[in-house]
Amino acid sequence: MKKLAKTINVTLKVWRQRGAEDKGRFDTIAAKNISVHMSFIEMLDTVNEQLTLDGKDPIAFDNDCREGICGTCGAVVDGQAHGPQKATTLCQLHMRKFSDGDTIVVEPFRARAFKVVKDLVVDRSVFDKIIQAGGYISVNTGGAPDGNAIPVSQEIAEKAMDAAACIGCGACVAACPSASAMLFVSGKISQLALLPQGKPEAAMRALSMVRVMDSCGFGNCSNHRECENACPKSLSIVNIARLNREYFKASFFSDEI
Amino acid sequence: MPGTDKEYNKSLEKAGRQADSLEFAELMILDALERTESCGGHFREESQTAEGEAKRDDENFSHVSVWKYEGYGKQPEFHKEPLVFENVVLSQRSYK
Repeated sequence: MKKLAKTINVTLKVWRQRGAEDKGRFDTIAAKNISVHMSFIEMLDTVNEQLTLDGKDPIAFDNDCREGICGTCGAVVDGQAHGPQKATTLCQLHMRKFSDGDTIVVEPFRARAFKVVKDLVVDRSVFDKIIQAGGYISVNTGGAPDGNAIPVSQEIAEKAMDAAACIGCGACVAACPSASAMLFVSGKISQLALLPQGKPEAAMRALSMVRVMDSCGFGNCSNHRECENACPKSLSIVNIARLNREYFKASFFSDEI
Repeated sequence: MPGTDKEYNKSLEKAGRQADSLEFAELMILDALERTESCGGHFREESQTAEGEAKRDDENFSHVSVWKYEGYGKQPEFHKEPLVFENVVLSQRSYK
């Protein structure tokens, strides 16, 4: 006989907030018969189905690809952004990481710059503003250039790829005691500053992205390294050091204002 | 439908997308019925070559069909955008 998947019962203490103006509160919700094979997001789906059947308001949460590449999902689970498992997004966290009878505390990514839209959904559009300020390179369109037309050493390519792994989820901001977005910003700055294609606009990029980052209400890095620990893509804070160097270089030695 | 339209409502958002898909599916069927030729992936049994390939009717259907939304429950308005080929001569395709 086929063995049925193991199920657990957990209690959710989940943050409910109707909108940015609402004060918000924790609700206690029982999640029953949760298969341990479910992802955290699938567990929330199951809970929402029951809430809907009971005529209650389902928990609002963001999600899209459910395979850790899009950066849409995210919540603070038991005090940790994306939950207790290292280098994974919330959708990659499985219920087998929890035990029967556990109480799990679920909160949104909290930061002054991230307004709560509803429950676990926060407005991260300020990240788009930062990217629009300089997270790009200007090139003419046309056919794809030959892959080896501009030589890039293996070492540089690896560092740039590591920085480019950022999926823009905002866990770094939620984890930071100063709600700093510097890991996010430094990922894009590093990726582009390391590569030859990004060098012509490097000074403008560093000044402009930092200016917008500051205006959005994010704090400054104070080397706690919580961001690095929470990051589902394990971005290193070495990137923040590079961001600072790029910023100082642009401030002192470039014609950009 | 849980919740209201007064605050962010994921269920309402999903229902809206579902409604969009159904409306678009309906329009595609309408367009497919109107285009009595076969063309590419649009295959109609009554319009095929002896070999069973798609047989176009360029005389009547060498155009893009554009449908204008006229409001909920109303028949969309048909606009024809002719396809003009200056450098190629249209001919029956063969994939053999």
